[in-house]
Amino acid sequence: MSGRDLRSWERRLATTVVGLLIALVGAACSPGAGGGGGAGQTTITLAAVDNPSMADLKKLLPEFQSSHSNIKVNIVTLPEDQLRQQVTQDVAAKSGRYDLFTIGTYEVPLWAKKGWIENLSPFIAKDSAYDAADLIPGISGALSYKSNLYAVPFYGESSMLMYRKDLLAAKGQTMPDHPTWDQVAAVARAVNSSSVSGICLRGLPGWGEQLAPLTTVVNTFGGRWYDQSWNAQLNSPQWKSAVTFYTSLLKDAGEPGAGNAGFTECLNAYNSGKVAMWYDATVAASFFTGDAAKNSGYAYAPTKVKDWSGWLWAWALGMPSTSTKKDSAWTFANWATNKDYTKLVGTKLGWSRVSPGTRTSTYSIPEYQAAAGAFAQVTLDSIAHADVNHPTVDPVPYVGVQYVDIDEFQQLGDQVSQEFAKVISGGQTVDQALAKAQTLAQAVGKAYQ
Amino acid sequence: MSAVAEVGGVPVPTAASLARRDAWLRRLPLLPAFVYVILVTQIPFALTVYYSFFSWNLLKDNSFKFAGLENYARLLTDESIRIAVWNTVLLTISVIAISVVLGLGVATLLNSEVFGKGLMRTLMIAPFLIMPTAGALIWKDTLLNPLFGLLPYLLAPLGLGRVDWVNQYPMVSVVAVEVWRWTPFMMLIILAGLQSQNPEVMEAARVDGASAFQAFRRITLPLVRPFIELGALLGSLFVVQTFDSIFMLTHGGPGEDTTNIPFLLYLVAFQGFNIGQASAIGVVAVILTTLIATVALRTLFSIFQVEARR
Amino acid sequence: MSANATRANAMPAGGFPTSKVLWSVVGWLVVFVFFFPVLWMWLEALKTEPQAASSPPTVFFVPTLLEFQEVMSGDFPPFFINSAIASVGSTLLVLVLGLPAAYALAIRPVKRTQDVLFFFISTRFLPFAASLVPLYLLARDLHLLDNIIALTLIYTTINLPLGVWLLRSFLLEIPHDLFEAAQVDGASFLTELVRIVVPLIAPGIAATSLICLIFSWNEFFYAVNFTSSVAATAPVFLVGFISGRGLFYAKLAAAATLASLPVLLAGWIAQKQLIRGLTMGAVK
Repeated sequence: MSGRDLRSWERRLATTVVGLLIALVGAACSPGAGGGGGAGQTTITLAAVDNPSMADLKKLLPEFQSSHSNIKVNIVTLPEDQLRQQVTQDVAAKSGRYDLFTIGTYEVPLWAKKGWIENLSPFIAKDSAYDAADLIPGISGALSYKSNLYAVPFYGESSMLMYRKDLLAAKGQTMPDHPTWDQVAAVARAVNSSSVSGICLRGLPGWGEQLAPLTTVVNTFGGRWYDQSWNAQLNSPQWKSAVTFYTSLLKDAGEPGAGNAGFTECLNAYNSGKVAMWYDATVAASFFTGDAAKNSGYAYAPTKVKDWSGWLWAWALGMPSTSTKKDSAWTFANWATNKDYTKLVGTKLGWSRVSPGTRTSTYSIPEYQAAAGAFAQVTLDSIAHADVNHPTVDPVPYVGVQYVDIDEFQQLGDQVSQEFAKVISGGQTVDQALAKAQTLAQAVGKAYQ
Repeated sequence: MSAVAEVGGVPVPTAASLARRDAWLRRLPLLPAFVYVILVTQIPFALTVYYSFFSWNLLKDNSFKFAGLENYARLLTDESIRIAVWNTVLLTISVIAISVVLGLGVATLLNSEVFGKGLMRTLMIAPFLIMPTAGALIWKDTLLNPLFGLLPYLLAPLGLGRVDWVNQYPMVSVVAVEVWRWTPFMMLIILAGLQSQNPEVMEAARVDGASAFQAFRRITLPLVRPFIELGALLGSLFVVQTFDSIFMLTHGGPGEDTTNIPFLLYLVAFQGFNIGQASAIGVVAVILTTLIATVALRTLFSIFQVEARR
Repeated sequence: MSANATRANAMPAGGFPTSKVLWSVVGWLVVFVFFFPVLWMWLEALKTEPQAASSPPTVFFVPTLLEFQEVMSGDFPPFFINSAIASVGSTLLVLVLGLPAAYALAIRPVKRTQDVLFFFISTRFLPFAASLVPLYLLARDLHLLDNIIALTLIYTTINLPLGVWLLRSFLLEIPHDLFEAAQVDGASFLTELVRIVVPLIAPGIAATSLICLIFSWNEFFYAVNFTSSVAATAPVFLVGFISGRGLFYAKLAAAATLASLPVLLAGWIAQKQLIRGLTMGAVK
């Protein structure tokens, strides 16, 4: 290269590099491009699970900002497992990335006991319009510790059986309002064909995925995770019959790909008419379309030995006890969970989009009843009868219907559900899976004896 | 030896001191990168080693207690880590071997006379550019899903319509997705090697009567070998750490069928929040990888040899 | 000469390029299989949610930008800006730190070059889940959480070994008469580097930069752990569409298309450079 070429080439390179470096230094002066607040504004960061209720909250955020111009809210949305990991890490390490977060009935009692989250009763007491008594008792009970509310519910659910009346009728089958699992299994096998599966049940590994419905089956079959002395019970006959029932029902009349079927897969299958029945969260019915929406019937969670086997879950807004922005965070949490918000969602986005399972008063609103119709009552009753303190036939030392409210349950539940997923995919027998699960559960239980 | 000698009364540096100064000058350009890497990797690694001697659960306040070699002892009896090591080895070797062979094949095609080479190459590198998380999800939910995936739909006439690929053949599924991702990478590197080949040599071989296959084996392959090795080495570095695909496709299962070391670590550290145990697994992973890498680099790879320049 | 050779390969006596056609078909089939998932992702992004997850899969449909609109209705530019800062920043740092290092290891070998190279590679042996907690706690104490600079520095660390190895490979291809000439001219090290080395391996630098950009842009786990709202990057934006309740595949495909677009465009535009870069030393 000639000297002249070198110089101009060099100049161009130098200019580009310097330009980029300047841009970077400029960017370095701010920690990032996202969510800064203005002067006099408090910025709060909400870490939220991604679900349709939260998507609606994001849409309605401008309403909050216009009436509360001194608080800026940044919402970070993550899928459930990522959210749980990030929030847990944040709260445990006290790193303060989030001022508000959605946590569930699993985290609240655990973290309240550790003093990680803030007691919200004093905040609620200051606002007479909040009406904490209006919150559905089962839900607010599950979010309380020593009778104090530590998180305010944003969304609540139990479980129920949904079925296609037309597909059942075509095979001469009907479904009672309070079916037993044996009845359900019989109908599923009768309706099952090569084009339509009898029933969709979650098989996707995960303590909040497959284990949620499976544990309710275990509960109603008379089983429990631990006895009062924290001995693991997975080698009990009730566990064996429940897991055998669940996995063989999936094999005989379940959806293809059951081992990877979570809520979304089953919803798709049900909506496309590929399955005739589906046992899952009460909120599922609000996503039905087409024929599924027109022809669905709703029954209470099937039972065997124990009545009222539906699970209980709520997503609620809580704040870390180390937060420096508790008042602003409460202002927002209040706004997002009070009665006015329900009306806001109903009028702006449609009454079918109102968050279910939080307030009793919602169920008396005529527009909501008209929109949510058929399954609103089943939802309300199922939640009302789900008792986190007495989920099983025999007494248990833990709290929780479809989970065991201990720190170790996330890992334990995931590992155990993986073993059951292997049974569903045909990789091992029920006995083998239960043996491994028992060892894992026993090791965890030891720490509590 | 004195640092300074005298030549005609003028001090002149001796050969030894010149050599020392030269050695320092040679090291200087290396220093910034070296110091940076030490700061940002060795400090966390030292902390990891430190944590591995403690039992510490992030979920339990005041659980940071000295535990000596307990975390390591548990690894000897725990089946999970043996399964994870085996899965890691199986996954890495399968993915690298298959993607190198496929990459070599496609690169050869792209180096010969075919229609639309440029466009072929452009489309071929797309899998490598897509976000791994997104790619794995698309594979799992829209391509492999037995109910509404495209592959079972296409295979239905062959009677394979109901096969649940991700659940019944989990390792095969993960390997397939990783091969899909890494073949373009191998192809690019090998293509570079092929294009550095002098066509006149091939022509001469042809004139001499060598078949295409013989020419390929005797001339092309040896020339391309350093590039294959570079691709395999760099690829192995990343494939050993495969995480995104496993996380999205099988979540390590069913059972522990696709749990590799990075995924096992993730479960222990971020599901169980058992930091002490996770640190011990990490240290063991480093030791094992170092052993294997040392053996591999010194025996297998010629590119690792330092070429004398001056 | 070589034109004749290639013509001879492609056309047997008779004139019809059967061999060329055959291999083209094979090649295009393979490319189609590899490209199809990406194409399918784009198609899914143009469907409605029920269409995106229908059984049987919807092949013919009326494309709609509805889901794209939904995805872009939030505040998405900051994610992409953050990703750009972290990717470009870390790539620049890799070049600034890595080029001199690669040079020292290739052109002026240091004693124990092998060990140094091995050391760089060994920093990649520790799985991210083990190093993450110490780094996270350090970042917390240094108030570097949710700061794009922290992420940039981490990405530099991840890509530096790769950069040093690749750059060294390219540098090894340069005939060293050129350096001897520069030495004789009395060039200082920096001059030698910038005026001679950089232009010579410019395509190699482009190739290395592109690979570093790809890895930084697509990195998810460090991003989600070290950021929250201010510094969140494109991959975090993407997974935010994975919903626990409700259909999301079309939105996810749309978000994935958007998030992959910059890297895809960069890769496609720069692929000539990529090949040229990797082909350094071809003209012997």
